[in-house]
Amino acid sequence: MYMPSKQYKLPREEYVAGNGLLHRRTFLTSSIAFFSVASSSLVPNKLIGQENYPVSMLLPGAPLSGYGLRSKFESHVQRYVGTTAGTTGAGSSRTPLEKLSGIITPNGLHFERHHSGIPDIDPEQHQLLIHGLVDRPLVFDINTLLKYPMVSRTQYIECSGNSRPNLASTAPDLNCGQIHGMISCCEWTGIPISVLLQEAGIKSNAKWVLAEGADAAAMTRSIPLSKAMDDTMIALFQNGEALRPENGYPIRVILPGYEGNISVKWLRRLMLSDTPIMTKDETSKYTDLQKDGRSEIFTLEMGVKSVITSPSGGQFMQHRGIYEIKGLAWSGTSKIKRVDVSADGGLTWAEAMLSNPILSKSLTQFRLPWDWNGQHAIIMSRAIDEDGNAQPTRDAFIDEKGLQVNYHNNIIQSWEVSSQGEITNTYV
Amino acid sequence: MSRWLTLIILSAMIMPLWAQSSPNLGAVPGAEFLSQWSTSIDPWGNGLPEGSGNAIKGRPTYLAKCAACHGLQGEGLINDRLVGGHATLQDARAIKTVGSYWPYATTLYDYIRRAMPYNSPHTLTNDETYDLTAFILFMNGIISEDQQINQANLPDIIMPNKNNFFSNEFELP
Repeated sequence: MYMPSKQYKLPREEYVAGNGLLHRRTFLTSSIAFFSVASSSLVPNKLIGQENYPVSMLLPGAPLSGYGLRSKFESHVQRYVGTTAGTTGAGSSRTPLEKLSGIITPNGLHFERHHSGIPDIDPEQHQLLIHGLVDRPLVFDINTLLKYPMVSRTQYIECSGNSRPNLASTAPDLNCGQIHGMISCCEWTGIPISVLLQEAGIKSNAKWVLAEGADAAAMTRSIPLSKAMDDTMIALFQNGEALRPENGYPIRVILPGYEGNISVKWLRRLMLSDTPIMTKDETSKYTDLQKDGRSEIFTLEMGVKSVITSPSGGQFMQHRGIYEIKGLAWSGTSKIKRVDVSADGGLTWAEAMLSNPILSKSLTQFRLPWDWNGQHAIIMSRAIDEDGNAQPTRDAFIDEKGLQVNYHNNIIQSWEVSSQGEITNTYV
Repeated sequence: MSRWLTLIILSAMIMPLWAQSSPNLGAVPGAEFLSQWSTSIDPWGNGLPEGSGNAIKGRPTYLAKCAACHGLQGEGLINDRLVGGHATLQDARAIKTVGSYWPYATTLYDYIRRAMPYNSPHTLTNDETYDLTAFILFMNGIISEDQQINQANLPDIIMPNKNNFFSNEFELP
């Protein structure tokens, strides 16, 4: 069903930037309807059954259940799994950001990055040791930890290798989740790590805390003590239920805004020390190779970043007319202050609407109406956080860091819309 | 009753509450437990176990337990390349290996001990781990084939890329 956009007759002043971007409040004041990408035409369902009711109303439905599953019609919404050769459990899976809505990632779709598979841990057998530069080492079991007062915080975790496909010299033909899906956001509930460290008694020369996982890679990372004492927690719950095995069951570390690898899963040991331990994953991996051949180490804070999730790569716009550009923005140090959107490849920008809640080191949704004229367009978003950090253009990022840096890619994402409505990943 | 006395009594009632504001439910581990769990090795070699090894003894162990993933000469196969890549870190395609990139030999011992071989970690003896460490260092031209390495001299081995790591934020070892 073809619906030309001219029927809306939007006032000229609603157009605030090039190539059809509308003021962020347009949809609040108009009765316009949005197209959704790849939508079907709006023909009413054929009514069946003797009373002209849908089948679902003619028989009692399925029984109750102890643990609910999503509709079978949603089973196509899956993580994008990439497994390291020769293994079954190492590698990563990425969250299909473009198929989700809101800031919370469902537990079954949280991205994964494992270095030697997912351990199957019996919480009755699991222990957490705190030792090193402490007055008295302590050991906790899970039932003991469950007795502690807990806090809940909505935080994202982003792998510092997220968006690495776009560090290739030519833009790969991948969709939003395949490129950027190593970020997820949950409400995490657990114990501030400072509480347990203080119970052990922190010696005055301690500056770092080594965290060790109980997986077959025995993942170890050194955490700055200042961060541990600030907003780090030992999480036991994820979106209200116990952590999923692939997210660290029964306990993991959550370091808000830091690169994901340091939020060690399956936590078994915290060792206080006066220097970082310089483990394999904080030296040979997760270090940022500079253009001069040197490497910056402990680049722990993630940068400010955003991505348009709809319309985005692999999707299709059937009609010219009004769409809602939607996306996610985040910062590793503070709250998102503003997101700008461009529909003309970065020549002009319009400020997007931010949806509440806007939380520090969490995902924030943004949206902006767009009147697509059916012509070629390049849509982009750039985020600015409360600390004044702005997401870099591709040229600025390459100029400062170079493509060899391998981690912490927060370059502005560009999606190219063809005159046929096909959307692909592109570089500007 | 004087105000001071009231204050002292009130303080005496409140202080224990403060002291107890943290649950303090942890148990104190025994010495054996602590020693078994203390399994990380820092750049000074703290945590290295007793034992020793060399590349001559490491070669057969490497071929049997490592080469299937890392290649017969550490050239990389289905998993990371371990050898070579020296002086490529300024190239468009930098080759990061133990020899060209890793800053500490102690980290190599620590990682082999905690995570390798991939399919059967924690099966190597301390001496086998020293042997493998020596063999990988030897393949990278960092030590000689017959050099004996142990907990005393492994921290002294200077890795070629050691001085090329920096931090603008943290003090490094």
